[in-house]
Amino acid sequence: MSATLEEILAQSLQELDKAINLDSVDLIRVHYLGKKGLFTLKMKELGNLDPDQRRAVGQIINQAKEQFQAKLESRKTVLEYAELENRLASERIDVTLAGRGQTVAGLHPVTTTLRRITKIFSSVGFQVVEGPEIEDDYHNFGALNIPAHHPARAMHDTFYFDAHTVLRTHTSPVQIRVMESGKPPFKVIAPGRVYRCDSDITHTPMFHQVEGFLVDTDVSFADLKGVIYEFLRAFFEKDIQVRFRPSYFPFTEPSAEVDIECVMCNGAGCRVCSQTGWLEVMGCGMIHPEVFKAVNISHDDYTGFAFGMGVERLTMLRYGINDLRLFFENDLKFLEQFSRSKF
Amino acid sequence: MQISEAWLREFVNPAISTEQLVAQLTMAGLEIDSIEPAAATFSGVIVGEVVAMQQHPDADRLSVCEVNVGTSEPLQIVCGASNVRVGLKIPAALVGAELPGDFKIKKSKLRGVESFGMLCSAKELGLAAEAQGLLELPADAPVGVDIRDYLSLEDNMIEVDLTPNRADCLSVEGIAREVAVLNKMDWSVASDHYSAVTHQEKLTVTIDANEACPRYLGRLIKDVNAKAETPFWMKERLRRSGIRSLGPLVDITNYVLIELGQPLHVFDAAKLKGGIQVRWAKADETLALLNGQTIALDSEALIIADTEQPLALAGVMGGSDSAVSDQTKDVFLECAFFAPQLIAGKARKFGLHTDSSHRFERGVDATMQERAIERATHLIIDIAGGSAGAITEKKNEVAIPLRPAVLLRRQRIEKILGVVLEDEFIHDVFQRLGMSIQAQTEGWLVTPPGFRFDIAIEADLIEEIARIYGYNNLPSTRMVMRSELGKATEAVLEIDRIKDLLVDRGYQEAITYSFVDEAIQKSIAPQDEVIRLKNPISSDLSVMRTTLWSGLLNAALYNVNRQQHRVRLFETGLRFVNKDGQMYQQPMLAGLVLGSVYSEQWGEQNRKVDFFDVKADVQSVFALAGFNLNGFEVLFTPGQHPALHPGQTAEIKNAAGEKIGWLGMLHPSLEKQLGFDTQVFLFEMEQQKLLKKKAHLFRPLSKYPSVRRDLAIIVKEDVSAGAIISSIKGCGELTLQDVVVFDVYRGKGVEEGFKSVALSLFIQDFSQTLTDSEIDAIFNRVLDTLTDTIGAKLRD
Repeated sequence: MSATLEEILAQSLQELDKAINLDSVDLIRVHYLGKKGLFTLKMKELGNLDPDQRRAVGQIINQAKEQFQAKLESRKTVLEYAELENRLASERIDVTLAGRGQTVAGLHPVTTTLRRITKIFSSVGFQVVEGPEIEDDYHNFGALNIPAHHPARAMHDTFYFDAHTVLRTHTSPVQIRVMESGKPPFKVIAPGRVYRCDSDITHTPMFHQVEGFLVDTDVSFADLKGVIYEFLRAFFEKDIQVRFRPSYFPFTEPSAEVDIECVMCNGAGCRVCSQTGWLEVMGCGMIHPEVFKAVNISHDDYTGFAFGMGVERLTMLRYGINDLRLFFENDLKFLEQFSRSKF
Repeated sequence: MQISEAWLREFVNPAISTEQLVAQLTMAGLEIDSIEPAAATFSGVIVGEVVAMQQHPDADRLSVCEVNVGTSEPLQIVCGASNVRVGLKIPAALVGAELPGDFKIKKSKLRGVESFGMLCSAKELGLAAEAQGLLELPADAPVGVDIRDYLSLEDNMIEVDLTPNRADCLSVEGIAREVAVLNKMDWSVASDHYSAVTHQEKLTVTIDANEACPRYLGRLIKDVNAKAETPFWMKERLRRSGIRSLGPLVDITNYVLIELGQPLHVFDAAKLKGGIQVRWAKADETLALLNGQTIALDSEALIIADTEQPLALAGVMGGSDSAVSDQTKDVFLECAFFAPQLIAGKARKFGLHTDSSHRFERGVDATMQERAIERATHLIIDIAGGSAGAITEKKNEVAIPLRPAVLLRRQRIEKILGVVLEDEFIHDVFQRLGMSIQAQTEGWLVTPPGFRFDIAIEADLIEEIARIYGYNNLPSTRMVMRSELGKATEAVLEIDRIKDLLVDRGYQEAITYSFVDEAIQKSIAPQDEVIRLKNPISSDLSVMRTTLWSGLLNAALYNVNRQQHRVRLFETGLRFVNKDGQMYQQPMLAGLVLGSVYSEQWGEQNRKVDFFDVKADVQSVFALAGFNLNGFEVLFTPGQHPALHPGQTAEIKNAAGEKIGWLGMLHPSLEKQLGFDTQVFLFEMEQQKLLKKKAHLFRPLSKYPSVRRDLAIIVKEDVSAGAIISSIKGCGELTLQDVVVFDVYRGKGVEEGFKSVALSLFIQDFSQTLTDSEIDAIFNRVLDTLTDTIGAKLRD
């Protein structure tokens, strides 16, 4: 004799209680409600009853089915929750462990400074121009009003290839190259490597400069001062004190040396500024009439200013680096410190 | 140049402190490098006189002196100096005195004899590095006066760093003029002394190089006492100017050089044969210089000679043969003007740099010679006695530089300085500067004095105005710039973008010297013709790099030697190479990788970096430039490079066959030779070919499905993946969109010498969905081509 409905129901509820996962719940569902499920069979047996009974028994079976289904759903919810809990527990990790894969490195701090300088000047329309590093003496000296045997040549400690070919001692030759091949107005900065035959604690035989110049019909020393002030304040991101001192460069007249208030001691006087409170950061001046003559530009119609700065020096002041030689040793321990200062 | 502040203040003495004076000079363009006290700190030392002296009873070398120090009773002081004698005036340190080096003078007993102080040498007072015996003071030194006052020791030595144009300030008088101008004071020339001519002997002077030596003055001074002592005040002033005392005659010429800026020279007249000649040297002549160096002269060397031989390198240094000594009796005193442009570089050529050459090269006042020779004569006769002969002067008027008037236009001042200045101010500035100024309709004619040889053009005058007005007082404007729209080109990729990419892929940027070790360069690029420096800083930095690898390998070694086991570096910059007689300066991009693929970490199976890791980095660089798009293509073909492993070298080319660069593993023999203990991977590319870029043009997307068909073929070992892919692309199948190699297999099931390569073909048509039979047909055509071109067989 087949089991009674009560037995089936009791059995099914018991089985659901014992089910340990969703898969077994599903098997139980099929076993009772599937095509050949026990409840389904009971429903099929209804056809054997007379219509009066059919209705009453049908209702009873449906109630049993509903009871089963309700239990099924609640069991499913419990098990789903348990399963989620399980997964959450099993997938717990140590989030303090490092991420995997390739790590990001950094730019050389000199490049970072060059980019910042370039960005500050490009934002007002200065064009970036580069020039050759092996130069002829005309562009490096002659056209810049430094004739042979001029004492200023001795100050430059030049590397020679032959009597007329040198490693450029400054980025100023780019000024000549730009002016001789174009027409004013000019608004140019020229970053790059320069070379001097000198090597000690405060000199490396190679270093970087940025030359800048602006030529137009009405450019004055007051404009030069304004541009330099604003540049230095932008570069150091500080409302820094700046002063201009008369100086001498063969290719500018008047010429000036620019000092800033020492960024290490805020002008109080320290070892870095030799107790003066001031740091020399760049040279500048109004472009010399002889330079205009050399590039065939009328110095009556045009005036202009030029400036030049040492990139390593600015980098040292900006980041507090105390040894120039570190720049070209390429010690990873040094370079990696600047990975975060990528610009 | 170093000068004494007290000496300067003797010329002009504004009521300002040393700090103010220094600040004033600095802001006027005379940069002050340092200020040092002229003497170390000490106290309690006064002028004393030895009035009596006895031998110490128990010590041979000690004397017991009675010293008058201006008090009622003389003091008893025990002294060990050999030059102590009765009547000598000396510095006496009293009990309680403090000498340099924290030395306190106390009442003491020396071998049983009481001593109430100490008699001092120059060294003990910190006035000299070495001293023999007591510092002897002049007989007229006032007893009892503090020695610091008597010797004017409250003084500073000021080091002025002069720019080459301001040679007019290479003297105490020159700086005094500047100080006077800045303080609106008068500066007057030190009174001139003309010595009486007391004998008629002369030397003949012949000038053969009258362009280089436009003015030459000389005179014979007879019967000097070369053994005379240089007075202490002069020695002190020289010391405070950084000059050593070398005997009275040389000291006097040095003194005048510092005082007036005019170099002079004294010859021992007894050693001169015949007259004086100023001429260019002959090729076979030599000259033994005062510093012991013997130089070989040539026709570019300007010399002072007698009728027989060269005596001095003009304006640079005298010769030892004609030098004065303490035996000298008669001297020939020379005071000349040499033309700066013709004397420039002469000293440097012989590795010399003297106070004299420094001044002549930059310029000396061409009107100064008479004053200077008279000043020196006066001092010689004063200190060493002697009798002066008449001055012989030779001059070439046309070669003496003139100081022509310079036109200064009013409107130019405003144009250059951006400020309108009162005429009155302009007048005042130039008058204070000693220039004569004459009004014109559009401005002024300004004539500089003889000593301002730097003033030649209008801009020089404008600078003088700015200097005196004060650079910091000049206006500063916020400039309105003429501006154009910026550019945003797509034709060129910015190198900065590539740098950022490499940084993001774990490469640290390096900057290495452009000159490298020739040996390293030779071994990694023997094929390149190097460009050699004539004067390298050292032998291991003697040639220009022909590849950036030289520097990167060096930088990598530096780090490997400092316990770095993983190095990833890149650099951008020029390489320098001679090719077919032409010099090239090419911008390059290069990289170096060694060690493990990842930095030390827990989550990734770490392994040594290999060729394909680095190739991925290189390919990503090309991807930025849009290679492999629009017919831009980059090819990595097997190549041979002397620095690289023959089996792991790719030559990188573009579709036009132009070489872009190299990628490969450092040759194992170089790896060993250079001192690496691991594989090193290198790449280098020409920036110009790398950065060329085209803006991408949109291609329509196909609406029809894409089908992937995989294909495994067996090919000979030496058939490259590149060859397989180009063979497939060569089929010209329009619907074949892409080919990817997804596996390479050797071993079981594949015959020795062969390999199995698995490929995916991606097929898609633009106008229809392809049927299976169409796809099969494409697949078979590809396979047939592979069989025909590279002998591929379908893997079973």
